[in-house]
Amino acid sequence: MAENPAAEVTTANPVAEAIAALKAQFPDAVTEDDRKGYTGIVVDPESLVEVATAVRDTLGYNYLSSATAVDYLGKGDYFEMVYHTYRVPAGGPPLVIKARTPRDKATLPSVISVWPGADFQEREAYDLMGIRFEGHPNLKRILLWEGFDGHPLRKDWKEAYYEQDQKPFDSRWPQGHVHRAEERNPYGKNVRYPEGFTLDDFTPVGEAPNYEGIDLGVNVQEMTTPGLKTDRLVVNLGPHHPSTHGVFRMVVTLNGETVEDLQPVMGYLHRNHEKIGERNTFLQNMPFTDRLDYITSMSNNLGYALAVERLLSLGPRYQPPTYRAEVIRVLMVELTRVVSHMWAIGFLLNDLGAFYTPALYAIAERELILDFFEAVAGSRMMCNYMRFGGVFKDLPERIQGIPLLANDRVRNEATLDYLANIINERLPRAIDELDNYLTNNEIIVTRCQGVGILPPEMAIAYSAAGPLLRASGVPYDVRRAEPYSIYPELDFDVAVRYNGDIYDRYLLRIDEMRQSVRILKQLLPRLRETEGQPIISGSKAYSPRVPEGEAYGRVENPKGELGYYVVSDGGQNPWRYHVRAPSYINLTALGPMTKGHKVADIVAILGSIDIILGEVDR
Amino acid sequence: MYGLGILKGMGVTLKHFLDTYIEDLRFLGKGKRTDVAFNLRQSGSNQRLGLFTVEYPEEKIAVPERFRFIPFLVINNLDAEEDPGKIWCTSCGICAKVCPPQCIWIVRGTDPETGRPKPEPEEFYIDIDICMNCGLCAEFCPFDAIKMDHDYELASYDRTTHHIFDKARLSKEFRYWRSIAPTISAEEAEARGGWEHKDVLKEKAKAARTADKATGAS
Amino acid sequence: MTNGDSGLKALHNPDIPVPEELQSTIAITSLDRIYNWCRARSMWPLLFGLACCAIEMIAAAASRYDISRFGMEVMRPSPRQADLMIVSGTVTKKMVVPIVRIYNQMAEPKYVLAMGACASGGGPFKEGYNVVSGIDKYIPVDVYVPGCPPTPQALIHGFLTLQKKIESQSLRTVPWYRSGESTAIPIPLLGPDIIDPRQAELIRRQAEQAAAQAAAAPSEA
Ligand code: SF4
Ligand code: SF4
Ligand code: SF4
Repeated sequence: MAENPAAEVTTANPVAEAIAALKAQFPDAVTEDDRKGYTGIVVDPESLVEVATAVRDTLGYNYLSSATAVDYLGKGDYFEMVYHTYRVPAGGPPLVIKARTPRDKATLPSVISVWPGADFQEREAYDLMGIRFEGHPNLKRILLWEGFDGHPLRKDWKEAYYEQDQKPFDSRWPQGHVHRAEERNPYGKNVRYPEGFTLDDFTPVGEAPNYEGIDLGVNVQEMTTPGLKTDRLVVNLGPHHPSTHGVFRMVVTLNGETVEDLQPVMGYLHRNHEKIGERNTFLQNMPFTDRLDYITSMSNNLGYALAVERLLSLGPRYQPPTYRAEVIRVLMVELTRVVSHMWAIGFLLNDLGAFYTPALYAIAERELILDFFEAVAGSRMMCNYMRFGGVFKDLPERIQGIPLLANDRVRNEATLDYLANIINERLPRAIDELDNYLTNNEIIVTRCQGVGILPPEMAIAYSAAGPLLRASGVPYDVRRAEPYSIYPELDFDVAVRYNGDIYDRYLLRIDEMRQSVRILKQLLPRLRETEGQPIISGSKAYSPRVPEGEAYGRVENPKGELGYYVVSDGGQNPWRYHVRAPSYINLTALGPMTKGHKVADIVAILGSIDIILGEVDR
Repeated sequence: MYGLGILKGMGVTLKHFLDTYIEDLRFLGKGKRTDVAFNLRQSGSNQRLGLFTVEYPEEKIAVPERFRFIPFLVINNLDAEEDPGKIWCTSCGICAKVCPPQCIWIVRGTDPETGRPKPEPEEFYIDIDICMNCGLCAEFCPFDAIKMDHDYELASYDRTTHHIFDKARLSKEFRYWRSIAPTISAEEAEARGGWEHKDVLKEKAKAARTADKATGAS
Repeated sequence: MTNGDSGLKALHNPDIPVPEELQSTIAITSLDRIYNWCRARSMWPLLFGLACCAIEMIAAAASRYDISRFGMEVMRPSPRQADLMIVSGTVTKKMVVPIVRIYNQMAEPKYVLAMGACASGGGPFKEGYNVVSGIDKYIPVDVYVPGCPPTPQALIHGFLTLQKKIESQSLRTVPWYRSGESTAIPIPLLGPDIIDPRQAELIRRQAEQAAAQAAAAPSEA
């Protein structure tokens, strides 16, 4: 445990100072972004790497949180790459750096040499937006497959079921004659081929790109030929594999049993969250965020609500969420944290070979919290609970079933008693039990200690977040570093561990659950005090007027820093909607972490990162 | 001592194993499938220690009021005095506009004589293969006409014929809504000012006002 | 017996009376029935999850809903040993390739349960460019369970529905005891978009049509 040093470092306005310093140092290359509602600096692409190095080394913004591209088609016709950089572990607001490139010849220098954490994010921008990054060592598609036609996040790219740029669609009302989208497609499926495409002159790109850059000294394509003599081999783990936590695939080069190289292959659950998100109205995105990291829908909701509220606050009639709403939000989010960490620990043990029993115990406690969510928000997993300015509904008085189907049995408990019971008795007991059950287990100790080490400098460089970062001895927690909601008035410590191995990540999760329970205990009296107060500020509107501008809202999700980058052009729908998914970016460090370990350790290391594919692939 | 950690862990497993049986003893002779027993086994009470298997389908956890599954449309009770079976929806289109995956399809009704739109849907469809059970339609319907259902036992063998719900399939009586959500429906009725449809209440208030005026004038 | 109709009683042939007191130990039945009774009560699902729905599937397998009451807890990671594929979540174009491959590897008799809106018909992400509008576009599905996600109870209801289907099958007509080869489903290809080899002809015709239209268009103008 360590106190967070965040509070000491804040100067009057560090970002303004930093921008002034940069403008002085690079008078020709750096200009301030003066569009309405925007912040940060615009850098000339020529000197991007130079400026980035200065930002990191002299100004101390050593952590690249999010890097994403925006297509300003019809609004200047350029792509803009947006980098959000932070000081870690000092904390404070971000320095936002932007670089522009014309749409027809989209190239930018890669900043991977400055922040290695840009690796996957630049590949994603290449894949979905079609920007080439010069100097990127491994620039290939990451979510889609090689050979895919076009770059889907470009504003002028239309998919097979394309109907309209923005929702709501006109075909639904008042003349909503129902049809299934596939009925209007010549192939009866969600497909679209480029003009003149036939199978005659088509050869699939196939798997070769996944093995590119793997140096076996042999041609991988010929590995099936008989008579091949090598003790190095390539193993594919996944996408269908019992221990890959979903549809995730790793291409592993083994030398005997030792891992020489590991490359994640993802996109097997790429559900086009961002493309759909740009078509949705602001409110419509809320239930979609549930499905990002589907274990922690409550905190996904909160992150998105924060981002949009930040945009709304640029407008004239903004009212911040009410106090009761904030209390309920934190209550939900911290319960979610416990749920998620329980799940993570249970399934980490699964990966270690303790098949199912620990996971079953973890799930058992989770069910109680899900019951609570179900009674409050209406669904066990897909809560869709937060609204801009508050929450959906106040806590119900009782957690009570209503009999409907045959054999329905009714449960009936007072909500606050139920909560108090869970928070004061059950959860602490469950955490202690887990601790008792696992922490000193010799098998776990030997399998986890010293495996998958991530040193602190590397964790920061690779933009690792959440438990992964804190278990490496970096006391950085968004709840303290850039506080939101009512966290400033709550009493809790940022859990830190220093060895950066699997074991410490496990211990850190136990610590964090204890801290969450500590927070939850402080919330109970606040819930009682604020009873009856409004749970949402202002009136509830299904199409709030969101002023022009950009906002980056981030929360400390159980998996790490979850950020939403939302750009509004003043309309009903976000112009750009990007999710900085902690699971996705944490995977950047997976390759380096597994190097030199045995093949059986891979799944354990993967389990200790705790990824959720809904969020990785979006 | 090496192995102590493992033994300790096994102790935890053993405790879990025994707890369930010890708990079962409490129901000995009283029956395990009574409501009391069920409540105890499923509660968040710290007294409960053992496993809490729900033996679906012999016993099912009744879902709470706010539970959301596929939406349904509220209609007047079929034995109501006025307008039995009249659909509450006025085809204002708000639900179709807020629906995130755009799975609601409404054909607005028109008056056959005047050709003007009338406040009643001609057709109303929900594609349940797209619906994400988010509840936004129910939340923003100004007439409390679309609500989230609690019936989740919908498994079927064929989706082409079963999975686009039309108006007939979606319509359920108002008393059904009252029975599955007593508190919420009461709150809504209070907000509307009566148990009837908002428009009916408005008409009534208007009628009362004119009646008042008439009596006031005379 | 935890499951009311899963005991011996479910086996009885109503035409042959067996004294009430013996019904729990003796059953006279047909071969079909006993065959289906055994199969329906030992479905081994494939251990494989796709998206959010998979979490509810795990919850259904965990202690609270406990599908081992139906003989289903033996989740097999290998398709060779599994009877039931639960397609639990969004099927993307990239993932449908392995899914079809896994399906082909499963031994008959095999069943597919589409869990959730996504697997049934595309779900909320249907409009996305990388999402398959229902797994039944590629492999045959036996039972659809709507919901997003279906709660564990809804999923178990789906299992019971599947059991009913199994029980209605007859040894005489089931395809897997017939002579003749069973045909594998062609594996989709990843090109500019996903390509179902079964549609090769259709794709060619469409391309020709488009070319003809393109040729006709300028002359009109
Ligand atoms: S919002 Fe309500 S009244 Fe309006 S169309 Fe939908 S169901 Fe009907
Ligand atoms: S529940 Fe959500 S997805 Fe379903 S019809 Fe209503 S608004 Fe649409
Ligand atoms: S049906 Fe809903 S819960 Fe299931 S995978 Fe699709 S989006 Fe997720």
